[in-house]
Amino acid sequence: MLSQNTIAVAMSGGVDSSTVAAMLRAEGRNVIGLTMQLWNQRRLAGRAGMPEAVTGRCCSLDDVYDARRVAETIGIPYYVVNHEDRFERDVVRPFVQEYLSGRTPIPCSLCNNHLKFDQLLTVAKQIGADAVATGHYARVEHDEQRGRWLLKRPTDRAKDQTYFLFGLTQEQLSRTLFPLGGMTKPEVRDLARKHGLALAEKPDSQEICFVPGGDYKNFLDAYLAEQGESLPDTAGELVTTDGRVIGEHSGIHNFTVGQRKGLGIATGFPLYVLQIKGDARQVVVGEQEHLYSRTLLARRINLISVEDFDEPMRVAVKIRHRHEPAMAMIEKTGCDQARVTFHEPQRAITPGQAAVFYDGDVVVGGGWIS
Amino acid sequence: MRRVYLDNNATTPVLPEVLEAMRPYFGEHFGNASSIHHHGQETRAAVERARESVAALLGCRPAEIVFTSGGTEADNLAVFGLVQPGDHVVTSTIEHHAVLNTCRHLEEKGIEVTYIPVDGRCLVDPGDLRRALRSNTRLVTIMMANNETGVLQPVNEIGKMCAEADVYFHTDAVQAAAKVPLRVNDIRCDLLSISGHKIHAPQGVGALYVRKGTTLEPRFFGGSHERSRRAGTENVPGIVGLGKAAELAIKRFAQPNDLEMAVLRDRLEATILEHVDSAAVNGTGAPRVPNTTNIYFDYIEGEALVIALDLKGLAVSTGAACSSGAIEPSHVLTAMGLRPDRARASIRFSLGKQTSAEDVDFAIHLVPASVTRLRELSPLYNKNTAVHS
Repeated sequence: MLSQNTIAVAMSGGVDSSTVAAMLRAEGRNVIGLTMQLWNQRRLAGRAGMPEAVTGRCCSLDDVYDARRVAETIGIPYYVVNHEDRFERDVVRPFVQEYLSGRTPIPCSLCNNHLKFDQLLTVAKQIGADAVATGHYARVEHDEQRGRWLLKRPTDRAKDQTYFLFGLTQEQLSRTLFPLGGMTKPEVRDLARKHGLALAEKPDSQEICFVPGGDYKNFLDAYLAEQGESLPDTAGELVTTDGRVIGEHSGIHNFTVGQRKGLGIATGFPLYVLQIKGDARQVVVGEQEHLYSRTLLARRINLISVEDFDEPMRVAVKIRHRHEPAMAMIEKTGCDQARVTFHEPQRAITPGQAAVFYDGDVVVGGGWIS
Repeated sequence: MRRVYLDNNATTPVLPEVLEAMRPYFGEHFGNASSIHHHGQETRAAVERARESVAALLGCRPAEIVFTSGGTEADNLAVFGLVQPGDHVVTSTIEHHAVLNTCRHLEEKGIEVTYIPVDGRCLVDPGDLRRALRSNTRLVTIMMANNETGVLQPVNEIGKMCAEADVYFHTDAVQAAAKVPLRVNDIRCDLLSISGHKIHAPQGVGALYVRKGTTLEPRFFGGSHERSRRAGTENVPGIVGLGKAAELAIKRFAQPNDLEMAVLRDRLEATILEHVDSAAVNGTGAPRVPNTTNIYFDYIEGEALVIALDLKGLAVSTGAACSSGAIEPSHVLTAMGLRPDRARASIRFSLGKQTSAEDVDFAIHLVPASVTRLRELSPLYNKNTAVHS
């Protein structure tokens, strides 16, 4: 990184981003703390099945309070910037639509790709900061030979967040710092204690930030009710791979590919959701072995380590956050789509999730599973 | 870094004379104003002197002043203290949240509330008020000066209308008091709220004028303080500060050169508009308090401008801060019919007694450059200017 003296740090009120702010401040950088207000947790509280009390983590008043206290402790200016409208348009609405069409979305990637970095960099520029820093576990490096900014897996593999960052552009990467990329979580907590941050022991958050307790079905109900819409009737048939109707289901949004429990039918052997046919409102079920497949189509791909590729490329592909990347060949089938062919069949390839391509530690790129 | 504060509608610094007047009541004169002994008598006397000063500022009798913890409590006491089930209330869409959310709460309790609109200048039309009055209308609550635009509402006309209709009239004068001379008998209001920290007294003190003969149901129960209208031991240093601030305001009004602030504000406004295109004042064409100007700068985000200016040492504001501190589009500007993007592109500058000509120069120097910088980053601005050139 060159002379990036003024850095805007995206502060969530958690340990990671707070430590980033403290580290950069200790290095003598000019640090500005920003919290993006993305969702009002009180909005749906108490509605249809949602808890009365606000339990969601993101943008809660407690988190803003924590971030503000950290900023005050380390002596940096701090601001909350409101991006609620954009978040609802670019993340929440698509999240709801994806479920209603029978896919299983990952809002964190949608948010990173279409909102968080884009808006952070815009605000940073507006307020005179040269770069942004976040508490993500990932590394950014400039590869002189290729003339590309690289996104790489972090030292702490258990915390690797590159899966959610595959959409970053070269321009975004060139102005982004991930100071925790070379550290482990215990080291980060130690550093937080060393800097005297009161939240050093605060537990990690894992859930989707705007869905309290991770219960997305209640969230869909409550959100649609608030919008004066009702959950569209997507009830239909449970069918086997050969098209035989073996039962009925209450709505396609209740299912995820690979799901076993809750199908409501008794057969002699375990059944799994193999496919969700949104248009026909059909949920295809079958035995576990049918869950495995070797190919997928990735759309809206973003490439990071290479500008483009004409020849098929050998990479490791990760198809969900907790998936161990599996060897595959990728080949372009259109200007922004690629076919992925795994060496070994993979379990429960799920439309709506991302397929992220790795070459060792380097993120080659990724796309959305269609 | 040099810091200039032009957000005096949010709060004002305590003036040195006010602080001096308050100082003995933190130490030497510590008595409870309700105590019968010497110590109590000392502070009781101070509270009553302050009451006389506040009464003088508002043109009422001292017994008609109830000290509160601030403007919000005064507004709550006025509205909740008067309204009963079955009553109807009239207010406006541009009230401060202390009135607006109090009225919304009344609605939740089943009381009917009519919100009358404002025009593009931020003015309530008394004709709309007349049409909103009903046989069961108990209270009209309309602010004297709007906190965001500084626009002065036609309260004398409204007061007259209410008196003729025999309806109680409350006005939130938090942003008008000590900025423009006001007399409760000219306004013909029954209740009027003021706040200490908007007039260079400390935070945590305010007052409600309650016309003699007006019975309010108290909000707090306890001792018989404030003639049983507001229980709780008096905030003596705060009340003394409010009294001193009122006294200083009365002196200023008596001076022939009391136009200083308006002159500074007008220069700030005119010079900024001279140097920035696609910008204008919100509330043009309406009478305003002399310390406030609210300007929209098309193609920018007010939030970004406020942060950028703060980082350079100038404190101004935009919209309303929600509980997290994030900015929400102003309900006042929206009620005036501003497009949402224009409401978000609006900045409020508000001067105080401590504001100097140099402070205004600092803002004049900083604001146009910052707006230009933000516009250079705006694709929308570049597109539009390209079309023009």
